[in-house]
Amino acid sequence: MDSVFPITLTLNGRTVTHDAPQRMTLADFLRQTVGLTATHIGCEHGVCGACTVYVDGRIARGCLMFAIQAEGCDIRTLEGLADDERMQALQKHFHARNALQCGFCTSGMLLTAHQYLGSQEEPSREEAREYLSGNYCRCTGYQAIVEATLAASDELAAKAGCKDEEAGRAEA
Amino acid sequence: MLKRNDARADKSNFVGKTVPRENARRLSQGRGRYVDDIAFRNLAHVAFVRSPHAHARILSIDTQAARAVPGVIDVITGQDIRSMCQPWVGVLGHFPGLKSAEQYPLAVDVARWHGEPVAVVLAESRALAEDGADLIEVEWEALPSVVDPETALESDAHVIHPELGDNLAFRLDLEKGEVDAAFASAAHIAEGTFHFGRHTGLTLEPRSIVADFDPALRQLTVHHSTQTPFQMQDVFARHFGLEEGSVRVIAPDVGGSFGLKLHVYGEEMAACALSIRHGRPVKFIADRLEAFQTDIHARDHRVKARMAVSAEGEILAMEVDDLTGIGPFSVYPRTSAVEGNQAIRLMGGPYRMPSYRGRLQVVFQNKTPMCQYRAVGHPVACAVTEGLVDQAAHALGIDPLEMRRRNVVTQDMYPHTSPTGYVFERLSHEECHARLAEMMNYERLRREQAEARERGVYRGIGFATFIEITNPGPAFYGVGGARISAQDGCVMKMEPSGDIRVMVSVTEQGQGTETIMAQIAATHLGVPLERVRVYTGDTQTSPYGGATWASRGAGIGGVAVMKTAEALKENLLTVAATILQAQPGELDISAGAVVSRASGEERMPLSELGRIAYFRPDTLPAGFHAELTAARHYVPQGYPFAFTNGVQASHLEVDIETGQVRLLDHWVVEDCGRIINPLLVDEQIRGGVVQGLGGALFEECLYSPEGQLLCGTMADYLTPMAAEMPDIHVGHVETPTETSPLGAKGVGEAGTAAAPAAVMNAINDALSPFGASVSRMPFTPERVLRALGKV
Repeated sequence: MDSVFPITLTLNGRTVTHDAPQRMTLADFLRQTVGLTATHIGCEHGVCGACTVYVDGRIARGCLMFAIQAEGCDIRTLEGLADDERMQALQKHFHARNALQCGFCTSGMLLTAHQYLGSQEEPSREEAREYLSGNYCRCTGYQAIVEATLAASDELAAKAGCKDEEAGRAEA
Repeated sequence: MLKRNDARADKSNFVGKTVPRENARRLSQGRGRYVDDIAFRNLAHVAFVRSPHAHARILSIDTQAARAVPGVIDVITGQDIRSMCQPWVGVLGHFPGLKSAEQYPLAVDVARWHGEPVAVVLAESRALAEDGADLIEVEWEALPSVVDPETALESDAHVIHPELGDNLAFRLDLEKGEVDAAFASAAHIAEGTFHFGRHTGLTLEPRSIVADFDPALRQLTVHHSTQTPFQMQDVFARHFGLEEGSVRVIAPDVGGSFGLKLHVYGEEMAACALSIRHGRPVKFIADRLEAFQTDIHARDHRVKARMAVSAEGEILAMEVDDLTGIGPFSVYPRTSAVEGNQAIRLMGGPYRMPSYRGRLQVVFQNKTPMCQYRAVGHPVACAVTEGLVDQAAHALGIDPLEMRRRNVVTQDMYPHTSPTGYVFERLSHEECHARLAEMMNYERLRREQAEARERGVYRGIGFATFIEITNPGPAFYGVGGARISAQDGCVMKMEPSGDIRVMVSVTEQGQGTETIMAQIAATHLGVPLERVRVYTGDTQTSPYGGATWASRGAGIGGVAVMKTAEALKENLLTVAATILQAQPGELDISAGAVVSRASGEERMPLSELGRIAYFRPDTLPAGFHAELTAARHYVPQGYPFAFTNGVQASHLEVDIETGQVRLLDHWVVEDCGRIINPLLVDEQIRGGVVQGLGGALFEECLYSPEGQLLCGTMADYLTPMAAEMPDIHVGHVETPTETSPLGAKGVGEAGTAAAPAAVMNAINDALSPFGASVSRMPFTPERVLRALGKV
């Protein structure tokens, strides 16, 4: 039988402690031990991107990390971004634009798009295609995903613009 | 009043409207429920020992060390499983002469492909099952392997199944018209050999199953990532000796299928066998290596073909010789003859060509089994035909689009029968071509191409006219003896709230089945879309049916839903008339309420009808019984299949120094008949195109000469990713089929059917200044450079 180790980490903003077998990946830990199944497992060798999660503020492959390596880390999954404005905008436009079919790649795709929009002031179509190229989708042909990402970006920019304007008015 | 009536009617008409999928909202929040997400108590896991050889005899299997691993529950070999499961043979009566050998879930004496399962370990966790599998010692005697289909029929080839006599699984010869005379009189003969590499479906969710047997009831419940719950219910019942009604198959969210998830696989059968043996739930989720080794592969054709044309560019005849390798078995229960059969019958399909000779040889080889994958046979037929059309056009100095215009079956010719026996009710080639030329601004693109060439930039434009088989009737499988339903069913009920629940036998794998069924139900009942919920994928609660494959969901399942909605509406109007003391004919349902047919005035919301019918039937006349549920079934009749049609174009750039192909743009004009949801149709097309582009440019299951599979990871099996893919522009022509009241023909495979042909022709157009051409897919940089003579 496997030897298990207790690990403590911050998961979606809460500190949690669980026992994890030494050889268990972070993705399996999230799905099997914690029961958070938005993180999917598509290839288990770091190529497909379905298991993408935030580790200490940067996206990473949940299948390429052992759970015990996440000791002390800040892990955020799609479930933990339910109230995040940027993620909500992405989800809204993915839905409206039908940027997902079977949905298996979607969590990972959304996290990658989320990091992309967080890192770029002015996203472009080409750059978005490049940035999302670490996530495999078999259903959509990618165009809808790129367009939904850019539509979310536009919406967020417009909202931010409104807020700036309001702030400007308030100052005046 | 009339105006108000129209407004109400418009509110209830959802067919043809862009409506986002309600379940996409759920999936986008990570709330999908795939097989691996479902929690079970007392769950056991399997891991398999697989053949490391392409072909080898099993001399002995030592399971002792595996059994001693703490947490290992059981170990089963091929010999053991013979008493646990009835074997199967992948043949059907409508492919006369098709042969295959008996198969069990595990190889019994001989393993016949690299990765074939030979033993299975059941354990408390997947990791422990793998630990056990690692300790199993198999003594092998390697046998000569047959890898290249070209060698399978040679007299000294090793016969994979000695009892079958040779490696020829199936042969089909077709002949129509005066083929020899046509070639003798031709002004030009275009000729070529085309290779279509093996690729695979690569669903992102791997094959997944949890089999859960209850020994007390002898009831097997199977949670299965499948397209075809009823087909699998039948298979599990027959092969495990269970009552059909004691097998329940539930397809929860399915993470992609594309034809891959409707075949019978040994691993799934073994999981069921072990659940029955141990009376506890057993899970198998394929890992990616297992997926590459055991998911069906696709294509693997070598086609020698020629086309006779007149001086005016008229296609006179085609002669085709297709050799295709299917692995060591014809896959059960649909057989591996379908791909080749469709490939040689679809050749020349869009064109008036009067004469045709086709030969198909389907051979056994020691590779992963090959079977139906999205656009079965279509990309092969399309690329061969369209490649030869381009060659002929080039030789005759005719513009390739003009060449196609001169040859397509025209509006005055329908219904039209192709020389291979396919009957087309009505297609729209001329209109699609005209629409395409306009969308892509063809003349300007040609001018730009010429200018770019001056600068040493080599761009190409390639076309592919296509037809696509959809809505198959009983001729597809049923007549051959397969228990695969040609009909689909729907049960629809109105609840006390006035809400509508639809249970339908066609299934959802992300294409939007549930949404379009809701659109059809809402429209034909006259209720708001949000009042309709659709349930699919459970043999215990869905009406029986064929489910979703061969682009049949909308065209068959959709009609079942439409007819059920009409029947339920009639029932509801009878109830309403009784309550309102009116004649049913004076009433209608619109926007969720019973209205006056003449004035559109609201008489009663459906919720009130529900309240009275369910809770106050005492207020209704004696002897009156409100019928609040309806059921209908539908099977297509009149034609064996529907056909859709269209044309694709690819615009790309070839780097003649590196051999890299850069896709610039891709256009599709398609005619799937009545469009139910334009958003979903466009996305089916785009996704289909990208799978076609994968096969054309990247994807190939490579084998060593000995039959070792060389691509076991997604790092060495290249797939289309966002950056390499072009924008795909989709246009529509609508020619509804008159064989069904709905008029929908289906759209799932059109994109995949023609994208490879369009890319091939575009590459060859780009390479034409060098007199070079490619015809071996995928068109890797190396193959392009070889064509250019640079390597």
